[in-house]
Amino acid sequence: MSEPMARRIASATPSGLAHRIRGLSDRTIAWLFVAPTIFLLLAVNIFPLIWTIRLSLTDFRTNRPNNPVKFVGIENYKKILTDVDTWTSLQSTAHFLIWTIVLQVLIGFTLAYLINKKFRGNDLWTTLIVLPMMLSPAVVGNFWTFLYQPQIGLFNYFIEFFSGTDPASFSMIGEVNLAPWAIVIVDTWMWTPFVMLICLAGLRSIPSSIYEAAECDRASKWRQFWTITIPMVLPFLMLAVLFRGIENFKMFDLVVQLTGGGPGSTTQLVSIDLKREAFEKWRTGYASAYAVILFVTVFGLASIYVKALNKVKDR
Amino acid sequence: MSFSITEPSPRQKWIAGTLVIAYALLTLIPLLWIIATGFKTPSDAIAYPPKVIFSPSLEGYVNLFTSRSRVTPEDLAALGPPTTWYDAIVRQYDMVITGPSRYGERFLNSVIIGFGSTFLSVFLGTIAAYAFSRFKVPLKDDLLFFILSTRMMPPIAVAIPIFLMYRQLGLSDTHLGMIFLYTAVNLSLSVWLLKGFIDEIPIEYEEAALIDGYTRFQAFYKIVLPQAATGIASTAIFCLIFAWNEYAFAALLTSGTAQTAPPFIPTIIGTGGKDWPAVAAGATLFLVPIMVFTILLRKHLLRGITFGAVRK
Repeated sequence: MSEPMARRIASATPSGLAHRIRGLSDRTIAWLFVAPTIFLLLAVNIFPLIWTIRLSLTDFRTNRPNNPVKFVGIENYKKILTDVDTWTSLQSTAHFLIWTIVLQVLIGFTLAYLINKKFRGNDLWTTLIVLPMMLSPAVVGNFWTFLYQPQIGLFNYFIEFFSGTDPASFSMIGEVNLAPWAIVIVDTWMWTPFVMLICLAGLRSIPSSIYEAAECDRASKWRQFWTITIPMVLPFLMLAVLFRGIENFKMFDLVVQLTGGGPGSTTQLVSIDLKREAFEKWRTGYASAYAVILFVTVFGLASIYVKALNKVKDR
Repeated sequence: MSFSITEPSPRQKWIAGTLVIAYALLTLIPLLWIIATGFKTPSDAIAYPPKVIFSPSLEGYVNLFTSRSRVTPEDLAALGPPTTWYDAIVRQYDMVITGPSRYGERFLNSVIIGFGSTFLSVFLGTIAAYAFSRFKVPLKDDLLFFILSTRMMPPIAVAIPIFLMYRQLGLSDTHLGMIFLYTAVNLSLSVWLLKGFIDEIPIEYEEAALIDGYTRFQAFYKIVLPQAATGIASTAIFCLIFAWNEYAFAALLTSGTAQTAPPFIPTIIGTGGKDWPAVAAGATLFLVPIMVFTILLRKHLLRGITFGAVRK
């Protein structure tokens, strides 16, 4: 359909007349309806972003508002990129990001595959599995510190039950070599259902006629899985990875409640590091530069990824 | 029923069902444990091996809602017998109730900010989505992408200037400030989701209405709104859940008057160590409404979590 009927009628009427006959013109309504949204987003996102960029070129400190503010150029950026702490945080973030995505994709896809076998009651169980994902990460993360307690925690009890390790001998969130895994476990527990739901949509979008045709051609189940199921689910899976990637790069609430970045700085993800710089050390200028770098990184990586995703979709 | 060669065999279904149910039960343990711990006494809560069977107690809930102070046994005896059941619970520990705790206020803040921002973001989102769906808005795709991209910013990154801006405007630690903030954060979700829902409503109904002499506004609220009702309702629930669960902004921008429950619950402490039953009781009251909403939403869940990218 080319031009919808109503619009043709509306545009055929002279605008002044249309105003009297039909109330406001479409163009006015469009602007009236879109403007508040755009205005609010400019005020709460773009204006702060510009402010952040401006602050990032200074040595401003929020806790000393009366100090003269000096323009330092790209000094902050240089400092951040050469600071060892930044790279440690980026490494922790990378560890967290990679492992959560790998585990969530593997478990999430497997679950979706099994649910797609359409056993009785699969809807009910799917809904129950989804529950952890909808809950407040801070509140739930805080409670996980209780489950992780050495000696009394339920998690340690399970480990003792299955492996015989003394539950008082290890602390998931208190030990340097365990804490990075503690946060991976909780994030995986929480967000695997997300990947599962998207994979399930992917699996359900495959028309059964394709499998029927493959069956007629005597393709083995194994082959059907690799040549039909996986390629058809791939765009969905990549979308899930994109969402999880962006979210976990920004990860703050769950981990700050679980470990607070510790022990030492082993689980100090970039957002937690940034929070410390901005709201504990009050190095506002420095933290602003940090924020700009993170935003550019997320945005850059996401754009490259979306290009790849579109290629897979078009195939 | 027609025979299909692609239908899984009963045995496959049985195996798949068993594995999925096993995973579901395992994954629900932490949630069930939160609910159970809320009804334990402090000593039961930290017992080892963990107690699955225990005699339920409301101590956690009493401690959650009250502040208490310790008194000497003589003073306690002088007070006479406890007048209420919750007094009786507290007095076992040589304590008296001195007043309500802050949990009620914080919970109420979550409700006010959650519903306020949900209403605003759904209202603004609906009209913007309608405009994007039905009119030729200049730079439409760019604007839509811009709206989506606001979700990519790490909250902490935006928090610095917002913190400064709110301090200037006197909005820090106010309900209004938090409502505006959450509205802005949720707008990307509500515009994208609602545009999808409105796109699905055939444009012919409105055209018919316009020809019958309705104005655009009339057509919008008499034809489009009723048909988009389900979509609007599920979008609202998603916005509410986000605002309800949000932690980073709340922790950085509120401390007293407008503090919501998520930054508050982890700070609940008892006398002598963390009062886990009280924390669990607070968490239970906070999480259960969302569990109910999730079950109500199950048909639209996928759409909501992917910003409408996957519609099933």
